[in-house]
Amino acid sequence: MKHPAIFGTTVFDGEQAQKGYPLNNMCFSFNALTNRQDFNSNEGQYMDRYELTEAQRQAVTNRDVLELIHQGGNIYYLAKFAGILGLDVQDLGAQQTGMTREAFCNKLLASAKA
Amino acid sequence: MAEILGMVTCSHVPSIGNALAKNRQHDAYWGPFFDGFKPIHHWLKEHQPDVVVVFYNDHGLNFFLDTMPTFSVGAAEQYTNEDEGWGLPALPPFKGDASLSWEIIEGLVQREFDVASCQKMKVDHAFTLPLKLLWPEEATCPVITIPICINTVQFPLPSASRCYQLGKAVGDIVQSMDSHLKFLMLGSGGLSHQLDGERAGFINKKFDQDFMHSLVTRPAWATQYTNLELIEQVGTQGIELIMWLAARAALSGQVKTISSTYHVPISNTAGGIMLLEHVN
Repeated sequence: MKHPAIFGTTVFDGEQAQKGYPLNNMCFSFNALTNRQDFNSNEGQYMDRYELTEAQRQAVTNRDVLELIHQGGNIYYLAKFAGILGLDVQDLGAQQTGMTREAFCNKLLASAKA
Repeated sequence: MAEILGMVTCSHVPSIGNALAKNRQHDAYWGPFFDGFKPIHHWLKEHQPDVVVVFYNDHGLNFFLDTMPTFSVGAAEQYTNEDEGWGLPALPPFKGDASLSWEIIEGLVQREFDVASCQKMKVDHAFTLPLKLLWPEEATCPVITIPICINTVQFPLPSASRCYQLGKAVGDIVQSMDSHLKFLMLGSGGLSHQLDGERAGFINKKFDQDFMHSLVTRPAWATQYTNLELIEQVGTQGIELIMWLAARAALSGQVKTISSTYHVPISNTAGGIMLLEHVN
């Protein structure tokens, strides 16, 4: 379904959910510690298990958040992947907006004064 | 007749769990947020609710995209928490009451809310952290809980207006229960924030504050907006404010503001906390 565009925003609708199913399914599995360990010990094999598309595999390998979203990733599931990498939502925000972490955190602080 | 004492609404972010685990409640970053709960603690001691109905959204602990209910109600004797992927310590199980839950489920379906019922339900930070913030000193949560999960993961999401009606129906059901139990409504989520995309870090203080004010005297104000309009105003995850609407709608008649706190930022989120007492 087409939605009116909001800058920098992807509406996670049925089309995205269908496209992102394998990727999100893998991220959902990271709720369990043993699965996180399995991923860490062999990323490629783990991605095989969840049948990620080639584009999704590339985005995972590159740790490219915007591309992961483009490939149907949902941020709530992707946050579990970020956890494995030791990244928090400020790190994700900084990467997606092309800012340093410090600049991104300052932007958040500045919104208190708006 | 069962009584509804009031409603508490508050933001949830996983890093609150981290701040609790590391005892950071009094540092400069977290202090103003945690302080917002002090008047609420005092009020809870005085009023002693027996049951808390929690309107919240699951973030991929219990539900996956294989089966995504719009509204789901827990019907278990207890609800368990897990680390959600981040290695944070899980909180002890939360007490439920299956027969009370079924009374609510039956009442909702009778009122044409065709909810999913869950005899097993894992509850994530959106459910557990607000309860922990309400009773920080208690090792286990001292009240009976009834989880009502609203989908905010996958569009189409229920409209603000529909969530308001859901909350109103829950309020009607509780107030018609033949019981001496005292209920508290809890809405967990928001306020403005967006985690994903080039717009990540979006916060809208003006809208948040208008929304908080509206809950006191014009509680249905935000139901004028479509979900896309709300996303534009408060960000993709700010849409969680529909939990606040559901909790507020359960209170009919007059309310009195006991406490209202707004603090930016907590993590990437605008932190809001409110306690409205049900006057009649």
